Amino acid sequence: MANKQDNAANEQARVDEATGTEFVGHEWDGIEELDTPMPRWWVWSFYATIVWGIVYVILYPAWPMIEKGTEGVLGWSSRGQFAEEMQAEEARRAPLMAALARIPIERLPENSEQMRAAIAGGAAAFKVNCVQCHGAGAAGSKGYPNLNDDDWIWGGDLKAIEYTLTHGIRWSGSDETRLSYMPAFGRDGMLTRDQISDVTSHVLSLSGNSEPNANGAAIYDTQCAFCHQPSATGNRDLGAPNLADAIWLYGGSRAEVEQQIYNPAHGAMPGWKDRLNPVTIKMLAAYIHSRGGGEDFVEVAADPEVQVDEQP
Amino acid sequence: MSNPNAVDWTKPQQLKPPEPGPLYEKRKAVHPQRIDGTFRRFKWLVMLVTLGVYYITPWIRWDRGPYAPDQAVLIDLANRRFYMFNIEIWPHEFYFVAGMLIMAGIGLFLVTSAVGRAWCGYSCPQTVWTDVFQHIDRFVDGDRNARMRLDKAPWGPKKIARRSFKWMIYLIISFWTGGAWIMYFADAPTLTVDFWTGQAAGVAYATVAILTATTFILGGFLREQVCIYMCPWPRIQTAMLDEKSLIVTYKDWRGEKRGSLKKALKSPEEFGDCIDCNQCVAVCPTGVDIREGAQIGCITCALCIDACDRVMDEIGKPRGLIDYATMEDCEHEAAGGEPRPIAKTLFRPRTLIYFAIWGAIGAAMLFALGVRSHTELTVEQDRNPPFMLMSNGSVRNAYTVRLRNMESRPRDMEIAIKGLEGGTMWSDDIPQSEAARSLVREVAPDATRIVRLYVVAPQQTPSQSFTLTVTSQDEQQEQDSSEVRFEAPGEQS
Ligand code: SF4
Ligand code: SF4
Repeated sequence: MANKQDNAANEQARVDEATGTEFVGHEWDGIEELDTPMPRWWVWSFYATIVWGIVYVILYPAWPMIEKGTEGVLGWSSRGQFAEEMQAEEARRAPLMAALARIPIERLPENSEQMRAAIAGGAAAFKVNCVQCHGAGAAGSKGYPNLNDDDWIWGGDLKAIEYTLTHGIRWSGSDETRLSYMPAFGRDGMLTRDQISDVTSHVLSLSGNSEPNANGAAIYDTQCAFCHQPSATGNRDLGAPNLADAIWLYGGSRAEVEQQIYNPAHGAMPGWKDRLNPVTIKMLAAYIHSRGGGEDFVEVAADPEVQVDEQP
Repeated sequence: MSNPNAVDWTKPQQLKPPEPGPLYEKRKAVHPQRIDGTFRRFKWLVMLVTLGVYYITPWIRWDRGPYAPDQAVLIDLANRRFYMFNIEIWPHEFYFVAGMLIMAGIGLFLVTSAVGRAWCGYSCPQTVWTDVFQHIDRFVDGDRNARMRLDKAPWGPKKIARRSFKWMIYLIISFWTGGAWIMYFADAPTLTVDFWTGQAAGVAYATVAILTATTFILGGFLREQVCIYMCPWPRIQTAMLDEKSLIVTYKDWRGEKRGSLKKALKSPEEFGDCIDCNQCVAVCPTGVDIREGAQIGCITCALCIDACDRVMDEIGKPRGLIDYATMEDCEHEAAGGEPRPIAKTLFRPRTLIYFAIWGAIGAAMLFALGVRSHTELTVEQDRNPPFMLMSNGSVRNAYTVRLRNMESRPRDMEIAIKGLEGGTMWSDDIPQSEAARSLVREVAPDATRIVRLYVVAPQQTPSQSFTLTVTSQDEQQEQDSSEVRFEAPGEQS
């Protein structure tokens, strides 16, 4: 092996006796390679691949250059193809989108196919627009409502959800936004610390988390019952949350509830009417409604003016 | 260096100017001669059976009821099903297909270690179609000598006519071969009509075109080149064969020294049995001279055995100068021993072990096929969020449930909760007010139904595992269950 390279020229001259073929000069463990000619069809196939390569380079984008690559005479590009496919997909979806645009949201559940399409579209839109506040699983966090549960401050049927999505909550961009403010009972001196403590006890006792407090109950009746109702089940028209259930937007501990009465926090949500088209909002509403706590309509609007697509 | 050709570099060398060999080599046409004999007849039989199976199988009908295709063997790519007589394989049961491929592989090992390259010699598609095309050559151009003459003859109207006629037959057979392939992937009668009326899918035409082209080129022109240069199997085979495997061998201790019949008659003690008539080479479909020993070009089709046996019969010598034999037997016979029965090469540890493995996989698959259920449940739990607190304090978990009905009829299936005290469930198609411990859903034939399930448990239910079961509501009452987790706030137990 050692002096192999020095004598490469000599090696080439050697001929294998059995076959009459020259040695190439490579040897592994006593096995030597013969310079057997290649079959002609093989060589032609090889040339054909070269020709194919040249044709390909001419037809398609191939060589990277300093600024951009060569473009090929066919003008094909992967981006172009992508755009085409997206267009085709949009065209395919157009009738469905048109149907979704026509159907009033309260009639959506009647058509399971449209409902399913709307939920799927809404899930995609949710991932882009809503997860920042409400979380990827729509579970929210303190101050950002959980959309999976059955507690709705402003109503949980499709129409109410669509309205909230369109106009937002306490959003300056819409005149029809949902608006409500709870008085800052402590900060503005409407109640003393002791009174707040009593009323907190009363509110917590409604969901079984504290001893009843007669003094607190009396304060509740004068100060709170107007918005939150005497039964404490809240008022959706005013956006006053249900205080008798197990769900607390700003936390259910004694300190958190007290703080909310003393100096309430008010979340705001942007309305989407200027940024998303009505069909997307409709789909978002369907998706949120489908998360498990969506409510049925009290009555379904029967609007003879509106054409409802009946699909088979 | 152990190579006898190796040069002793310690001595001064005579420098010979290198003579460059040709870069490429034209294929030497092989014109096998007509032959008849035991092995040729066996080859005919195998050819008829394999081609018959290939062309006819898609046309066999099999009644599976109104909801499933009635083609006996069908690879339904669109619906991802594989039908084979009364077996129906779903994508998640792909291990059956994997198992069949493994069995095919081990079967090939088994056959090779027992009877050598029987696959190559008789049933490899390349061998079968090459054989078909060689018979067409013979039919159009005549036997070996006529073909060699025609090959050499200059191109004239007669040769052009002959060749075009022959290639047209090649093309028809190639097209038929490509056409038969697509029949395995769709309903054959419908596809045939669609194909000829221009309504079949583009991929069908492309597949037929590609397979027609490859059959035409590989079977019509490349032939033994495929075996020698393209196919990896002859190389692997070297590792599969041992001295106890049957191969086609020329018994040189009996045949050498070869000489013409005239010479051999003159001085019988000087010459062996081979009369150098070259018949064994003339009939070989790959152009091998078996007298040079075992080689990669020999596909062990045994046609040379037929040829030589005939010669031996004619000159009154015992048959078997070229014969199926193992290397071990050859040595034994060369040393003067008696020929040994072939049957024992079939039963030896190596073949028995292969057979045992092959049989075990087969038995396991048959068992799995026999006991597999046509009802399946898979459950996927919502992880984000893991649980949901409801306004009345109860806890809700969400699951995506897949109900699989692998029968060709619609079936009602009951999903039920086992465990999880006080837990009830409802699904996305009914309101929570109808929540119960179980619910029934109809699943379409041969389909998977996805149900989104909400399970709710009262306040203070700890996290725990419970079981969801699905039971088909028919006479079979097939069941499947899946253990899932119920997540709740507070203590994990
Ligand atoms: S056919 Fe038999 S006798 Fe004739 S050349 Fe071949 S081995 Fe020798
Ligand atoms: S040498 Fe004999 S067995 Fe081998 S391929 Fe040729 S005819 Fe067939």
